[in-house]
This record gives sequence, C-alpha cells and structure tokens, in this order.
Amino acid sequence: MNAKIKLFSYDLVDTPIHRLSGLTKLICFLFLTFAVMYSYDIRVILLVMVFSIAILRIAKIQFSQVRTMVIYVVVFILTNAVISFLFSPEMGVEIYGTRHMIAQLPGKNDLTQEQLFYSVTKLFKYASVIPLGMIFLLTTNPSEFASSLSRVGIPYKASYAVALTLRYFPDIQRDYRDISLAQQARGLDLSRKAKLTHRFKNALMIVIPLIFSSLDRIDLISNAMDLRGFGKAKSRTWYTARRFSRRDYLAIIISCFIFLCTISVSIFINHSRFYNPFI
Amino acid sequence: MNKQAIIEFKSFTFQYFSQAEPTLHDINLKIFPGEKILIVGPSGSGKSTLGYCLNGLIPFAYKGKIEGSLAIKGENNLEKNIFELSKSIGTVMQDSDSQFVGLTAGEDIAFALENDNVSFNEMHDRVRKVAEMVDMDALLVSSPFELSGGQKQRTSLAGVMIDDVDILVFDEPLANLDPATGRTAIEIIDDIHKRSGKTVIIIEHRLEDVLHRFVDRILVVRDGRIIADMDAHALVSSDILTKTGIREPLYVTALKYAGVKVTEDLQPGYITTLNGAVTREAIIDWQNKIQAPPVKPAAAPILSMENINFSYDGIHPVLQDIYFTIREGEMVSLVGKNGAGKSTLSKLLCGFEKEDTGIIRFYGEDIKKKTIKERAEIIGVVLQNPNQMISKPMIIDEIALGLRFREVPEEKIETRIEKILRVCGLAPFRDWPISALSYGQKKRVTIASILILGPKILILDEPTAGQDYRHYTEIMEFLVELNKLGVTIILITHDMHLMLEYTPRAIVLAEGHIVADTAASIVLTDNRIIEKANLKETSLFNLAQMLQIPDGTAFVQGFIDFERRLKNR
Repeated sequence: MNAKIKLFSYDLVDTPIHRLSGLTKLICFLFLTFAVMYSYDIRVILLVMVFSIAILRIAKIQFSQVRTMVIYVVVFILTNAVISFLFSPEMGVEIYGTRHMIAQLPGKNDLTQEQLFYSVTKLFKYASVIPLGMIFLLTTNPSEFASSLSRVGIPYKASYAVALTLRYFPDIQRDYRDISLAQQARGLDLSRKAKLTHRFKNALMIVIPLIFSSLDRIDLISNAMDLRGFGKAKSRTWYTARRFSRRDYLAIIISCFIFLCTISVSIFINHSRFYNPFI
Repeated sequence: MNKQAIIEFKSFTFQYFSQAEPTLHDINLKIFPGEKILIVGPSGSGKSTLGYCLNGLIPFAYKGKIEGSLAIKGENNLEKNIFELSKSIGTVMQDSDSQFVGLTAGEDIAFALENDNVSFNEMHDRVRKVAEMVDMDALLVSSPFELSGGQKQRTSLAGVMIDDVDILVFDEPLANLDPATGRTAIEIIDDIHKRSGKTVIIIEHRLEDVLHRFVDRILVVRDGRIIADMDAHALVSSDILTKTGIREPLYVTALKYAGVKVTEDLQPGYITTLNGAVTREAIIDWQNKIQAPPVKPAAAPILSMENINFSYDGIHPVLQDIYFTIREGEMVSLVGKNGAGKSTLSKLLCGFEKEDTGIIRFYGEDIKKKTIKERAEIIGVVLQNPNQMISKPMIIDEIALGLRFREVPEEKIETRIEKILRVCGLAPFRDWPISALSYGQKKRVTIASILILGPKILILDEPTAGQDYRHYTEIMEFLVELNKLGVTIILITHDMHLMLEYTPRAIVLAEGHIVADTAASIVLTDNRIIEKANLKETSLFNLAQMLQIPDGTAFVQGFIDFERRLKNR
C-alpha cells in the first residue's frame, strides 16, 4: 500500500515536541504566530525564526518531509513581495519617513532602501511562521489535533470532521487512483496533449464516479456513528487527549514569554510596531 | 417458554416513504434472552430492514410508516431514540472498513465511550479490557491501513461490546472476508455468545458458512414476511431454501445428487452433526457412476507472465517470480488472501503499473510498450464496485464512452452498441437511465462498457461480492455465456463456491508468490495451500472424510463433473 497520509504524516517519533499535548502545541503555535504577526521588528522576527528552526531540529523533522510545502511557501511569499512592491512601491517610505534611493526605475517604481527593508522584514515575517506551522502539523496526531480544537472552544462536531477527513482521505485517494486508471483504460486522456476544455470534461469523468462512490461511503459512516452515539451529548471526551504535564506548562510559559517580549519591544523600545533603523 | 421475550414484534409492518409497498409485512416474532438467531433471506427480502428496526436506524435515519409494535426488553422500541437503543443493542455492520471511524484501533473501540463523556482513565481501562476479549490488545495503536479485514471486524465488535449491550446484531458479517477469516469470525461470535450469554442475531445469506457453529433458530425472510422459523436440521431438510433462492450447504447438495432423501433424522443442519454413515453406500454408488468429461485439446496460449517481479517502493516485493500461462477460452480464478498481490497482478496486466522485471506476453508478443489505452483493447478490467466506473447518466452513453474517446464514427458505435446490448441482455433497458438499474444490471453495464472495446481477456474483481445466490447465479451464468463466445475470463475472488462451480483452474497467490496453479478441486482439498492462502476446505471434502472415502480430491472433482454435466456446461 503506497497510499499513506501525506499531509499530516505525523510519525510516532519520540521527541520532547511529540510528547507535548496537541492543545499545548496549538496554544504555543498561536502565541508565536501572533508575536511575529504583530511585530515588524526584523531583529525579533529573526530571533523567533531561529528559535523555531531549532525546535524543528529537536522534533527531528527532515527536509525531505517538508520539501513540497517549502517550495509552495517560497513561491507564495516571493510573489507576494513582488506584487506588493508593484502596487505600493512607496510603502516603506511612508512607514519609515525617510527616502534613501537605491535605483531609479521606470514610472513611479523607485527602489528605496526603506522599501527594500520593509519587504525583507515582511518576507521573514511570513517565513518565520512556516516552521511553526510545520512543527504543529507534523508532530500532532490528527485526532489529538481535533481534540485540541474542541478544547479551545470549537464545537466538537466541527473538530471531529477534521479528524474524519484525515481518516478517510487515503481511502478516497485510493478510490481516485482506481477510478482514474479504469477510465484511462477506457481511453480517457488526462495528459497535457488534450485541449484544456477537454481536460476539464475528462476530469469530470473521474470526479462523478468518485462522488457517487464516496456518497455510499458517507451514508455508511454516518450510520455507524449514529449507532454508537455520536452527537447525543453537548460535549465528548477524547481517547487521544493527553493530559498536561510540567513540560506542557513550561512550553506555554516560554511561548507566552516570547509573545510578551515581542509586544514589549514594540511598545517600550520601538514605540511602534515597526523598528526604524533609518532615524 | 415462560421467560419474557427480549425482543417482540407484534403485527409489525414497515413501509419506507420512498417505496410504494411495505418492506416488512405483519411480522410476529419473539426472541428470548441468550438466544442465537440466524436471519437468512435473499437480497431485498427485508432482512436488513428488520435489523434496522432493531437498532433504531429505523425510524432515526430511514423514515417510513410503521404499524404494529416492537418492544425491546418490554419497552416500546419506537419511542426510544437511537442513542438510548445503542445502550442495549450493538450493531456490527457489514463493511468493517467504512465503519472504522477512528485513526487507530484503540480510538475506534473507544468511540462510544467518547460520546458518553467517559473520563480518560476509565476509557483507556475499558478499551484495554474489551480489546483483550477479542484479541486486539496488542494492536490498539494500529491504523486501519495496517489491519487485516478480520482484525477490523474484531475492532468493530469490540467497539459495540464496550457498552455492555444485551443484544448483538451482526449485519452480513461475512461479506468482504476471505474464507478462513470468515470462519474465524463465526467462531468469535460463537465464543462471545457462549461466554457472555448475550442475545446474538446474525443477518446473513451465506447459510453454510454461519452453520459452521450452532445456532438456536433460523428465520427465513422472503418478500418482507417470515416464512420459516425453525432449527437448522428442519430447515436444511425442507424445500424452503431452494424455493427462497438461498444456497443450501454443498454437502447437502451432494447427498441429494446421490439420491439420498435428506430428513431430520440425518441431523443434516451441520456437517459435524450429520449422520453420514447411513448414506455411505448411496454416495459411493453415485460417485462410481460419474463420468469425467472428455478432455478438451489445449488451446493456444493467449496470455503469459514470465519471471515477473514487482514492488511499489523498491524495498518490499509485492510479486515475486510470477510464471503462468493462460490459454484461449479459459475461465480461471485468481485467489489468495487480501494483500497477497492479486489486484497488483491485474494492474500489471492492464499496464496500470509497470513490472520491475519479466515479460508479459499476449499471443506470444511482448506487450511492454503498449499504453494503458492500447492494452484496454486486449485486456479489459472490471472493478468490484460498479459505482466506481459509471460516469454517465444514460446506459447507452456509458457503454459508448470508450469508443467515443477513440473517436470511432457514430454509425459504427451505433451498431456495436446494439450488439453488445443484446449480448449483455440489456436491450430492453436501452434508453433507461443507469440510476433505475439494480446492482446486478449496473454490473452488466460496466461489463458491457468494457466489452465494447473488444478485449479478448476480461478480468473481473470480485464480480459477485455481496450478492445473494440468485444474483450470483445470474452474474456467473452471464459470464459463462461470454466465455462461450470466446472471451477468456480471469476472476479475482474470495468465493470458494464460485471457484468450485465455475472455474476448472485456480491460481493461488500467497505473499507475492504463486503457491498453486492447478484444479479447483485440488486447491480446496490441500491443507498446505488452504492454510497459506487463507482458504477453507470445502464441506464436500469433510463429507468424504466422514464417509472414509479414500480419495477426497477425486470425490470433490466428481461432484464438479456431475454438476457440470447436469447444468450442461
């Protein structure tokens, strides 16, 4: 069987990070993300980034596991930087209040030090969230993730849907492969040779059987869940919940501390969300 | 009996809102605590509906009109909701894969407790205890992908027993299981019944397999009515089974062929209770008269695999050293437990996957270079679930699809469709939408949509899975017709009756190797092969042993020959 859960390919590796409860990881993730999202101080952002890369190492996450995700993210943030430069090339000047020209470009698109600094800061801001997200996704068991969601107040039916999706994702993936191969045998052309409109129509040839066979499955699952009492009470407990240990409190305290430090740096040192090296 | 019934139906009638006629008519039935009941009946007889009424899916999930009453433990069932009912009735559904909601076995077993807000410690405690009862305690952290069909079923069983229910309902527990696992399932159910004294209700159409262990009563359901309520001996010696279209145990068929009058005195309900000694003479007489069919001259080889090796990840071999040759016009079954490599083998043949080494030949020609699309014109594959293949609303469009993809002119398509419709017995449904067809008819549509490309070889994955005897016979006789028209047929199957009845030759796979390639009668009587491939010996062989017939394999072959002659194949 080669259909394994690809996205949340959480391994049962035993590291201090894996041993944290899902709820802890969710809280820490939120604290650290808010910290870097709030601050535009590149020093702070780089520190958080170094911190999260260190955690990535501790969790023994290999680059090969996250390569695809990294590529997507890099493409996204670079595009983002280029587009935001094209739309408001004077953003940096507006924020930092000075104007140091680097190069004169055609039209109004002058490249300034301020703009470059602003773009780089923003780039790192996004880039530093990514390792945090990866740690969370790759070290948390999906059901535990669902249980964490429900413990921070999201209705358990919604949280369970997440776990259920992950449970059946490989099944549906396998169905998709089988259907796609069977249709290709009948002559369906999915290659780039076919015209775009044809390719769209051809994709339907796979999607329709997939929907019908999945509907059968959903009917069965919902019966099975009803028969075992899903949804009868306002709350539910979780088999995979982990209880809080000292480690968990420690992790939350650390990330809360980082969060508070970031806010303090902005308030007391920078007197704004931005760090301004130009004055 | 003066005990109080645990389940009581009184003049109970049920009609689904979507149906024009009631599905259950005037059911009167009492089931007592601790009984083990088997409910048999053909598809659409209403036996599953009866189960839904018990566990509360009717009226909770399926709405309809109810008359009469149904009481469980003396209380009116229809006024309780499904959640209250799940405390006294546990249901194990037929597809243990789809009802596996947890990401691990432990989580799945705990599901009912989670919904009951049981505390963390108590939950883990109870899960461990109930897992021990079904022998799953070592596998609590396994994901459903790592578990076998039998283990998934044990998990489901544990998942309903955790609530300490009084009644266990098994809805077609044998579907999707290989023969050996199916037998184990029946043994587990029996052990649980004996140890716990719970009331057990098994809904199943495979009578012989359930009668591997003792049951108290058998109810036969037909057209929404209970037409028989008796013990196994009485039922097997009556003509009810033949009339309702339920397959009688094979050894009983053999007795009847031999001219033995099957009466209750023979205790024929179970092979273990059968008083066979008195029938020995008649049986041996009959055996001696059977003539072997004339040996057909061997036809030209149509397909062969030579030294095929394959692995998905380059590390774990899935198929190793596969050699076989199939001749024109053969009907062969490919058997072996789940994961033995059967589906992979068919994927290699269709070009869905590429072999690592070895050669596949079609009429002696290496087909390595042929694309999936080209191979489909010589080797067609029909998936198990027709819903996975159907992508058009109308029958004609569905069948024509393969030709339209190949840009065959419409006039030509027209004539070929007419022919295929006739061959597949679908001509009367020519202009019907597919949604109006039954499962068996849909199966025919999918077969037709593959046949239209004119393949010489047809591979079918479990063509009769989940079908009752009548539909099974219908589908198989249709395949025999196709076979007579010259299509070579390869059947991937778990069904040993199918093997015995329809395919003279069986290729057995175990752990990626071919462990046998021989007559079905040999496969089903050879202990070594049976064990390796998770099969189960046929009851005909047990009968032969019981009667001390020296060559059991020859006896089974004799039965096959006799039946072929009888059905003129």
